[in-house]
Amino acid sequence: MTLNFCEKFLNQADKLPDKQILRMLIDGEYIPLTYKDIFEGACRYEHALLKAGIDSGDVVIIILPHGLDLIFAYFGVILNGSIPSIMPFLTEKLIAEKYRKDFRSLIEISRPSALITFPDFKDEIEHLNTYKSSLEAVIISDEIGFNHNLTGEIITHAGLLRLENEIALLQHSSGTTGLQKGVALSHKAIFNQLESYQTALKINKDDVIVSWLPLYHDMGLIAGFLLPLLYGIPLILMSPFDWVKAPYKLMQAVSKYKGTLCWLPNFAYNFCAKKIRDRDLINVDLSSLRAVTNCSEPMRFSSHEMFINRFKPYGLNKNALATSYAMAENVFAVTQAGIDSPITYDEVDLISLQENKIAIPVKEGNRSVVMVSAGRPISNVEVKIIDSSGDFINERQIGEIVIRSNCMLNGYYKRDEITRNSFIDDWFKTGDFGYIADQEIYISGRKKDLIIIGGKNIYPKDLETIVMGVEGVHPGRVVAFGIYNEFKGTEDVVIIAEIEDEYVDKKEQIIEIIRKKVTRESAITLRTILLVDKKWLIKTSSGKIARVLNKKKYIEEIISNVKNNVS
Amino acid sequence: MERIEESLMEKREVISMLQSRIAKDILNIPEKLITHDESLISSGLIDSFSLVDLSMLVEDAFDVRIDDAELNSDVFDSLDQLASLILSRVK
Repeated sequence: MTLNFCEKFLNQADKLPDKQILRMLIDGEYIPLTYKDIFEGACRYEHALLKAGIDSGDVVIIILPHGLDLIFAYFGVILNGSIPSIMPFLTEKLIAEKYRKDFRSLIEISRPSALITFPDFKDEIEHLNTYKSSLEAVIISDEIGFNHNLTGEIITHAGLLRLENEIALLQHSSGTTGLQKGVALSHKAIFNQLESYQTALKINKDDVIVSWLPLYHDMGLIAGFLLPLLYGIPLILMSPFDWVKAPYKLMQAVSKYKGTLCWLPNFAYNFCAKKIRDRDLINVDLSSLRAVTNCSEPMRFSSHEMFINRFKPYGLNKNALATSYAMAENVFAVTQAGIDSPITYDEVDLISLQENKIAIPVKEGNRSVVMVSAGRPISNVEVKIIDSSGDFINERQIGEIVIRSNCMLNGYYKRDEITRNSFIDDWFKTGDFGYIADQEIYISGRKKDLIIIGGKNIYPKDLETIVMGVEGVHPGRVVAFGIYNEFKGTEDVVIIAEIEDEYVDKKEQIIEIIRKKVTRESAITLRTILLVDKKWLIKTSSGKIARVLNKKKYIEEIISNVKNNVS
Repeated sequence: MERIEESLMEKREVISMLQSRIAKDILNIPEKLITHDESLISSGLIDSFSLVDLSMLVEDAFDVRIDDAELNSDVFDSLDQLASLILSRVK
């Protein structure tokens, strides 16, 4: 039985040194890497960490763009027995101050010993030194030696001594406040997940995984990186920045390397269906795909239809559509559908779902909604639904989804209280609402007012706080929520703010300021900003702004008005 | 002199067309007036998910191709710069 990541990786490198396990699309070319290449690259980083005095069990933050160094650094940290955590790098539209603030909170809570980054990030590092930090070393990718044969110098990799219950990696969920909560996962939990998930996926020797997902996201890290690399499944990896500008590259990669497995958030189905030109699909053959798994955003029937209709002429098999319900706290997958049999779509009565919290199959003539099944739990995971008092409830009744497995998090790193509050007995409370029908899990909503855009979690409160800082906006009278956009397959953010009387004639300027401020401080591009007069927003009895009620009011008063005016 | 005026006029037309199409089709805020030197990409006005829409819009409207590698603020960031890029390819 393998104990830890380091051993698992070294076993692969030992057994199949020349296997081309990874091809990375970099500047238009696929760079092939064997296990030996990755091992040698990783040894250079291990050496740098050793030289800097970074110990086994220390947290090492990696901030690197898509490229070979990201791969080498990750496995270098593993060889050294340290705990890797990949963090997104600064994009140009985020203001540096906001990024630094997030980063500072990450450092204060996770107490990393080292940071591995790239030359462009040097300026940021200067800022880090201006406050007290746990960082003992900053390792810059281009200062890593390339010419020495360092592999011979390291006799025992410290990573081999890590115990199965010790933390293997930290996963920070993406989103506005995600950096303050690192999910700590043990070696054993990750192996338990990956082994069970492989059985669910029916992994075989012909499988090839194609991914554009970022490695700082659990879906990208687990399904699109660790699963293939630790278990010898060839991986074709491209940068999310390349994919978003040229989604056709994903299809071309599948065609070129006979990709069989791919994971996409729901919006990507719409994105690929709408934003690829025919000329970029000439000679593209997607018939090798056996599972395109929709995961990490609410799954929509219409997105599946759009995707299959667009790519069927290019050989995409309808039965390749798959779904999964997953979360970093369970390493990754909780459920999987679409492997042995097609996904189940459950058409339920809309009113009953919304008002009675029960999902009953629709009777002819009634308004309905098509629910997409996330499938059955994978073999090592149990799923139940509880009501608000914590009792288990029956099939088709909607409540909070709780899970229990042998691949749960060790805890939120250094956040014991949050960890404790996330469990009810030994069941983890997911914060998602849903129901079970015929042992399949359906997700119907979320407990917290969370907005999910393209797989990224946005907390409305963070956006509201940003908007409250704008001159002319009535303090405390702002609401943010998400509205599903059928065309995009994901949510759009709506901001409604009450303005002070004396600013009524400056609405346009205020909208512009809000738009810019939100984009710069949260990296969210706002489409809809509505400025309203005082007292428009509905408050709860405790005086708080009620998001759900205001969203309802917005839909009823504003959207339907627009529709009525148009028609 | 005449040629300079002609090309200036041409550029103004390109900018004006981009202005209205971007506001309407990409930003979905038809009333938004984008100024000719306002930064589009580095400011986040056009987010990464919309860059491909921008290249499709330019190709459909002007029959000019923008390679995906060119969709970044180092190549163009304002309507002014985008119009120059388009005109340099039309000719």
